[in-house]
Amino acid sequence: MAITKSLNVNGRQVSIQIDDPEMPLLYALRENLGLKSPRFGCGLEQCGACSVHINGRVVRSCVKPLKELRATDRIVTLEGLGNLQNLHRVQRAFIEEQAVQCGYCITGMAMEAAALLARNPNPTDAQIKQALAHNLCKCGTHARIIRAVKRAARYA
Amino acid sequence: MNMHAALHASRRDILKGAGSLIVSFSFAGAITEAMAQGAAAAKPLALTEVDSFLAIDAKGKVTVYSGKVDLGTGVRTALMQMVADELDVSLQNVTLIEGDTATTPAQGTTWGSLTIQIGGIQLRNAAAVARQALLEEAAKQLNTKPENLRVSNGIIFGGPKRLTYAELIGGKQFNLKVDHTKPPKRKDPKEYRVVGKSVPRVDIPAKLTGTFTYIHDFRVPGMLHGRVVRPPAFGAKLQSVDESSIKHIPNAKVVRQGDFLAVVAETEWNAIRAARALQANWSKAETLPDPDKLWEYVRNSKIAKDEEYGKVGDSAAAMAGAARKMSATYDFAIHTHGSIGPSCAAAEFKDGKLVSWSASQATHNLRNQLAKMFGMPPADVRCIYLEGSGCYGRNGHEDAAADAALLAKITGRPVRVQWSRGDEHIWDPKGPPTLIDLRAGLDASGNVIAWEHESWIPQQTPGGFHVPLIAASLTGMPADDHIAPGNIFQNAAIGYKFPNAKSICHRLETTPFRPSWIRTPGRMQNTYANECFMDEIAAQLSVDPIEFRLKYLDPKDERGIEVLRRLKTLAKWETRPSPRRNITGNVVRGRGVSYVKYENSRTYVATVCDVEVNRTTGEIRVPRFYVVHDCGQIINPDGLRNQIEGNVIQTLSRTLIEEVKFDRSRIMSVDWETYPILTFPQVPEIIMDLVDRPNAPPWGAGEPAAAVIPSAVSNAVFDATGIRVRSVPFTPDKVKAAMKGAA
Repeated sequence: MAITKSLNVNGRQVSIQIDDPEMPLLYALRENLGLKSPRFGCGLEQCGACSVHINGRVVRSCVKPLKELRATDRIVTLEGLGNLQNLHRVQRAFIEEQAVQCGYCITGMAMEAAALLARNPNPTDAQIKQALAHNLCKCGTHARIIRAVKRAARYA
Repeated sequence: MNMHAALHASRRDILKGAGSLIVSFSFAGAITEAMAQGAAAAKPLALTEVDSFLAIDAKGKVTVYSGKVDLGTGVRTALMQMVADELDVSLQNVTLIEGDTATTPAQGTTWGSLTIQIGGIQLRNAAAVARQALLEEAAKQLNTKPENLRVSNGIIFGGPKRLTYAELIGGKQFNLKVDHTKPPKRKDPKEYRVVGKSVPRVDIPAKLTGTFTYIHDFRVPGMLHGRVVRPPAFGAKLQSVDESSIKHIPNAKVVRQGDFLAVVAETEWNAIRAARALQANWSKAETLPDPDKLWEYVRNSKIAKDEEYGKVGDSAAAMAGAARKMSATYDFAIHTHGSIGPSCAAAEFKDGKLVSWSASQATHNLRNQLAKMFGMPPADVRCIYLEGSGCYGRNGHEDAAADAALLAKITGRPVRVQWSRGDEHIWDPKGPPTLIDLRAGLDASGNVIAWEHESWIPQQTPGGFHVPLIAASLTGMPADDHIAPGNIFQNAAIGYKFPNAKSICHRLETTPFRPSWIRTPGRMQNTYANECFMDEIAAQLSVDPIEFRLKYLDPKDERGIEVLRRLKTLAKWETRPSPRRNITGNVVRGRGVSYVKYENSRTYVATVCDVEVNRTTGEIRVPRFYVVHDCGQIINPDGLRNQIEGNVIQTLSRTLIEEVKFDRSRIMSVDWETYPILTFPQVPEIIMDLVDRPNAPPWGAGEPAAAVIPSAVSNAVFDATGIRVRSVPFTPDKVKAAMKGAA
């Protein structure tokens, strides 16, 4: 018994068929819509790899049930932040700082950084570290990510 | 070999239909027609053939075939730089295919900081042979000598005339040999244009825009989603399964063979909820040692054999005659790899052949393991690498590949298996517990006259580095019953010049968990103990710890001496013994040094670590590291810095925080709450000095800097507090206990 669910993703209104309203948003984005950037890391809102923006706020899509989302909620993924032809300043800064090792966590880092800069255009190092405190990286890319966020702030 | 003959032979091959054999597996995530048909089988794969490594198409595009893979380190770009320079083509015209058993040569597991040092050099050799052959052929066609020709971006200029690589070889094979034991003449490093430059990594823009395809994004048409349901305790047997417990989940099915239990479904979410809902009864099992007595268990484990390394003189006799003796015991906890993306793989059986897609760091080994498991000839198994989340060694990727293959075999459909966070934390093979005793004998003048290192570490069974596949073990399918922790004896031998020394490694028959290698395996634990004990002796003698190391370094080892000298400048080192004087106040500060010559044979690293220790809470804070690093010729300086930063931060996490907790039945560290890692607020500043030696061979950098981190921290804690911490991780509780013990 499929249910039709309407979502607003990256500025487009889309319709998906699901059979469980408890399904987390992550699987709608990855499986139903074919978006790759929201990544499965833990399913426990512990690591941040699945992060998206909903109405401008960072949300862990791995634990966000679809039933809690309205058709008008504005969901933005890393793909919606910018693309290769038109990079968001956070994406540009991360690329310029080469702030990636394996890059599996980098979606969450970029989404968290974009939200931080939207509410605090000139964060200190301590504020950047605090904002990213719940985004995990196992490769040890942290020092570069901090530099990239500072660089992105300069591109305001 | 005569190039004309080679070209003619290749043309015949093309007429026979082999000309289309240069098949590139793009990261687009689709299976190409050629792949599905196995058309690439005709491509040479031997390490002795130029065509195994390189192909130039009719447009002059260069495809590089690398058996070594990029595990998220950025080495893909570095390998492309090496080939572009050696072949004289522009980097934009180079693409790299990695870790496909059907198209890439078996260059060995991607481990041990050997990708550039071994794999890259083999690529360079092939490119050098190819370039020389192209020059000779061009000289013939232009009626001149090769030395009169100039090459730039794949175009050979001979006065006013020019020929392109595409015109000379485009789409055809070289049919040339390359002998890596007698390498061809390569370019003078002065001629390198992109080697030595911080070329931006080719994968990063895609990773920042959601267009990169990791193994987790890969899809096979018609595939099922699989989730494994592992035993709740190690050694538990599956007694019964209640299939009705998932009947409310659309199209979800139970798959069971022996103690292997899984669910498959048409959508990933349904597979996940089926795995959660499935009711199964398992037998009880208590196969693990008492965690409170882990080190007694390790020390008393049955020894399979003793190995001796670095024997000089007669340490026992010298120790007996020593005026002063010192000893200490160091332990290093069990670690998980902790990849942020849990393991994932896909597999398809078609026409009796198996294709496996995974993020395995050793697709050629995996092919052999899967072939054995399914009783197939290795030639009927193709393993294809797709990048995963950083793995830092043999994590769960190969096991997920076996899970997917088994489910594909049983269901008759292609299957993708994604492990859960708990699957990864509990079931990836572990870095084994390491216990090391150190002893030193000093003469009356304070000279070290005897050094003994004695360790208890799991054996490496003969026959290969095949970590047993979980699916094979749970089903009882054929498997190599190996214990394979990797080369964990390395750096047990002390690199300093002592007149009498030896290292004994007791290789144990068993270890509590299935072991494997994690970044800097053994080299980290051995360097940790050795470099801490060096510091203990220096302190005992009231000698500056850097001066103490310099005293015992081989005076001919100028590169080792140079990294320590440069470190003193970089860190503004104040020459004095540890601990510092007048330790007062609640938060105390100190600095510690450590040094390694990796495997006593290659990359040199020296580090100084600054720490702050809270004497009330026992908490260690590390504000910064200074690192001097000499890995010879640097291919990509920014890539190297990235690797060093990663080594430092990741190992600080392992040193201060990480530890696999367990009870008699199971692992209790099942996620990031129960196995925490370093987070942003704890990240140190890292100040580096890279020694570049353009004329030296390029050595590895993916691991060596990690080796010095635990000892530098321990030595800094001693400098700050006067207290030794000898048990990794250095948790606040252990620090407080050590301070209480000393009070």
